[in-house]
Amino acid sequence: MNNDVMAIELKQITKSFGPVVANAGIDLSVRQGEILALLGENGSGKTTLMNMLSGIYKPDSGSIFINGKSVVINSPKAAIKLGIGMIHQHFKLVESLTAADNIIMGSKEKGLFLKKSRAEKIRSISRRFGLEIDPLKKVHDMSVSEKQTVEILKVLYRNANILILDEPTAVLTPQETRRLFDILRRMKQEGCAIIIITHKLNEVMEISDRVTILRKGQSVATVNTAETNIKELTELMVGRSVELSIYRPEPEYDESLLEVHHLTVADEEGFETIRDISFNLKKGEILGVAGVAGSGQKELCEAIAGLMPVKKGAILYNKENLIGKSPKEIINLGISMSFIPEDRLGMGLAASLSLVDNLLLKKYYQGKGPFVRKKEARALARRLVEQLDIATPSVDAPVRKLSGGNVQKVLLGREIESDPNVLITAYPVRGLDINSSYTIYDMLNEQKKKGVAILFIGEDLDVLLELCDRIMVLCHGRITGIVNAKEVSKEELGLLMTGAASDRPDLQEGGNN
Amino acid sequence: MIINFLFAAIKAGCPLLFGTTGEIMTEKSGNLNLGVEGMMFMGAFVSFYTAYKTDSLALALLAAFGTGVLAAMIYALLTVSLMANQNVTGLALSIFGAGYAKFFGESMISKAGGSPKLSESFIKSISEQPLPLLGDIPVLGKLLFSHNPLVYISIIIAVICTIYMSRTRAGLNMRAVGESAAAADAAGINVYAVKYIHICLGGGICALGGAYLSLINGGGIWNNSNVVNGQGWIAVALVIFAAWNPAKAIFGSLVFGAFSVLQFYVPRNIIELPNAFYVMLPFLITTLILIITSMKKTKKGVQPAGCGINYFREER
Amino acid sequence: MKDNAHSIKEPLMRVVKKAELGYTKTALLSLLGLAIAIAAGGAFILIIGHNPTDIYWSILQGAWRSKLAASGTIKIAIPLLIASLGITPAFKMKFWNIGAEGQIIMGGIFATYFALFWAHLPHYLLLLVMFLAGMLGGGLWGLLPAYFKTKFGTNETLFTLMLNYIALYMIKYLTEGPWRDPSSSGFPKIASFDKNARLDLIFGVHAGWLIALILTLVMFIYLKYSKQGYEISVVGESVNTARYAGMNVKKIVMRTMFISGAICGMAGMIQVSGAAHTLGDGVAGGVGFTAIIVAWLARLNPLIILIVTMFFAILEKGSSVMQSSYGLSQSVSSILQGIILFTILGMDFFTRYRIVFRKVRKKL
Repeated sequence: MNNDVMAIELKQITKSFGPVVANAGIDLSVRQGEILALLGENGSGKTTLMNMLSGIYKPDSGSIFINGKSVVINSPKAAIKLGIGMIHQHFKLVESLTAADNIIMGSKEKGLFLKKSRAEKIRSISRRFGLEIDPLKKVHDMSVSEKQTVEILKVLYRNANILILDEPTAVLTPQETRRLFDILRRMKQEGCAIIIITHKLNEVMEISDRVTILRKGQSVATVNTAETNIKELTELMVGRSVELSIYRPEPEYDESLLEVHHLTVADEEGFETIRDISFNLKKGEILGVAGVAGSGQKELCEAIAGLMPVKKGAILYNKENLIGKSPKEIINLGISMSFIPEDRLGMGLAASLSLVDNLLLKKYYQGKGPFVRKKEARALARRLVEQLDIATPSVDAPVRKLSGGNVQKVLLGREIESDPNVLITAYPVRGLDINSSYTIYDMLNEQKKKGVAILFIGEDLDVLLELCDRIMVLCHGRITGIVNAKEVSKEELGLLMTGAASDRPDLQEGGNN
Repeated sequence: MIINFLFAAIKAGCPLLFGTTGEIMTEKSGNLNLGVEGMMFMGAFVSFYTAYKTDSLALALLAAFGTGVLAAMIYALLTVSLMANQNVTGLALSIFGAGYAKFFGESMISKAGGSPKLSESFIKSISEQPLPLLGDIPVLGKLLFSHNPLVYISIIIAVICTIYMSRTRAGLNMRAVGESAAAADAAGINVYAVKYIHICLGGGICALGGAYLSLINGGGIWNNSNVVNGQGWIAVALVIFAAWNPAKAIFGSLVFGAFSVLQFYVPRNIIELPNAFYVMLPFLITTLILIITSMKKTKKGVQPAGCGINYFREER
Repeated sequence: MKDNAHSIKEPLMRVVKKAELGYTKTALLSLLGLAIAIAAGGAFILIIGHNPTDIYWSILQGAWRSKLAASGTIKIAIPLLIASLGITPAFKMKFWNIGAEGQIIMGGIFATYFALFWAHLPHYLLLLVMFLAGMLGGGLWGLLPAYFKTKFGTNETLFTLMLNYIALYMIKYLTEGPWRDPSSSGFPKIASFDKNARLDLIFGVHAGWLIALILTLVMFIYLKYSKQGYEISVVGESVNTARYAGMNVKKIVMRTMFISGAICGMAGMIQVSGAAHTLGDGVAGGVGFTAIIVAWLARLNPLIILIVTMFFAILEKGSSVMQSSYGLSQSVSSILQGIILFTILGMDFFTRYRIVFRKVRKKL
């Protein structure tokens, strides 16, 4: 095995989407016959970086070397030609086709006709790698883990010698994970270079040779797995504690406003994204929610807002069960939810509508007559623009023209203006600069003092530690701890988030993406 | 009587079969082209003009096919490369195609100084003739082997397309593109090329349906008022009826053709139904099929999932 | 750095999304598109051996050359304008209603029923009843696909397309059967309406033009300022956001499609009562399809729809002089329409994306 030739070498890769810089000058390298773990919190740019290797995105600048040669990867087809295979987190499979057809489609084989024996061929390949698959099964009839197996076979079938896996174990049982790791080890022995994106630190320790850690679009460190430990990795991933000095008023009330009892939420495929969680939210407190991406944060928000069907459990607001109420009824009770998704515009805002129209979203129907009352909304828009320092050409400009930070101010401003009793806010400072972030913290604290119960779903542990009164940690849809923010350390939170603090093996199974 | 009826049904269904097969090819690669009517119009004129000038059936069909390919290429350029709305672009193509046929048709008439007529020898070359040997089989000979040459061509094309779609590598790639362009792209399929090729091929096949209408149904005389007369739209409906399968389209076009001629064959003294009912029936059935397939969650026999959606790789 | 022989060449150009353009820039680009489109049409005219400016000029004149021609132009514009306005709320909601054709027909059928069998009613009452009946007919025909779309997710494009034909053959049935004019020998047709059931003329053209103009204004206000118009915008923008705001998306979709169909039905009523004075299978005559293009080109803005409609009507009416003046088929209008449409549809790309050409790679 030639360990000196770098199978992959990325130099100063930069990629931005509009105003958002996803990758800023990242260097990364993988040897042949090596497994590199790519570690980082959500939004740290891991998937974007890998998508540039697989030909989905093109870097704005920087260069890529494959087996020592400079290359330009224009398309997934070009990536395949270079021997790069990627298993995306959101599977790229054609639902209505069989496993076998999904695997052989697009492959460069001779012959006009599909061979009848193709199913048999796929079956023998899968056996060779110890994978169980029915080649004639349609993808839409498959479980998530079966779908992943098809993706893996797709890569194996194309004889890729560079393999990228984006959070492959999130959907697997421990047994399936073990089998996947066996395959990866075998491929490694055959000289393949493997990059695996994951949040699970114990898996990083188990499978990888080296770890590259990304934080906020930058590569912060690369370490040898043998020379590190979970604690150090956690620290690198979340960053060293920074003194933010966010002002934290003492909670003045002590009555429970929102109580969640044994809540279980399942997605359309029946996968449980929230599992039996119970907590309460007090008047005038900020309850933080920490957890790696996809631990059930979104589902929790949507369940409370009435947007997602609940499988089991109760959500009590002032002793009144919210389950079964329509989103509108829940809004009218004074429960406000705002969620900033990764693209920032997905939910809560209508991108082509103006700032004024967006402020009207939850109260346009108020007032008599058939017309929307824009006058008040316009006045409110002007006030918010001034108060929150929102940069916009005019209050009538469509909000998609606003930069991310300004969009978030609009969204949170609207929710706060609606005078809620419960304020649920997810990632309100996502991608914001320091000053805008502080504006938002101040807004939240003001609400807290007024007695509003706030559920703050955050990414940055430093912020959670300094802003919140209590922090609830989610891991794979379960609560792994509810801690006092003043007494817990960042490392402890990190361990809770990755489930590593728990000795309960059942936490290792499942999760979602 | 029944044989005559079925024979007439096959004749009436044949142009639909061309249109349907062509549109299936287009939709299976992920594009809904509502320009079938227009492409048929263009094929109708070009084939007639070529036949009128050259007396050659082969050239006439080739010209129609080529014109269909070019017309579809406009559609492909606008929707695949320039990402224009597929519905609107298809409708524009329908308007353009009809105008094209009528405009040049009229100038052909004025140049000829009267309705141009195809030569006797040409009409003979496209007349219904029993095939040697096969045509002598009782009943079946008349029913299946005594047609004009275009009937055979339409069925052969439909069969080839069926085999192509289900049995070949290229066909698999095309289905993948139509279902999920992103998945196909990730698997290394050149999505744009696949779309262009099948939209153009589909357009060419549709245009042959137009050729049938002007060469066979016209009886050798150019009909400038409305040579296609909605057949292109019916073909779009037939695609649903045929569940996006050209082999089923052979049967479907027979059914649709049968309904369109049924009124002339139903014994009036036994069944008294309004004529309009027979022609409406295929659309009613198609609508019901559309509803029933959407109620079931089996996802069989439904429009390819990527139909109507333009693909841009870097879309987040 | 030297590119290695094995490396892959960068393509000549690639497409990237553009940053948002301002209103002025978008408007300018659209005008540029129109100019190029007209030039492309001119190129076609040149190819067939005529002078583009002459032809365009005579089309323009042809549409207004006489009182009769002018009223003809307006008569073409009326149903097109109304149907385009009808399409607009549905398209704004991203509900691809290509069933305007059928909705026009159903409006015509419902209105005709009263024109034929209730002709004794007082004139204005009769017209009002016909008007409402037409809207009801079109509205129900629009509601049907909306119901199945919200209930089962039935594809609305194909469904509305089918309904066009079912409606068309209903006319055929009525013409040949129950509503056949017994006094007409030979070709079956429906009797001409009683004078009582015909729309009045205002300034020499049936009152439809006034209705259409009022409707333009009403739709502009409805879409821009009303609560329902607001809901339509939000649902079209993102169903998730609409749900999040507590909107009942299914109800909104069904209501909007009823309105969309009802407006198209109104066009049908005006056609039978104002223009044809009878019901024939040409009552819609492709207007429902052209309307989609008009609405789309006008970017679903009612005021711009008015302009685009006039543009189309002039092109169509003005082309009728082509035969007498140049010996060209009237169908030249369809060809020109097609070419102009293709060009504008293509040009629209450049408002959303830009093309980056390969740079000479810098040495590292």
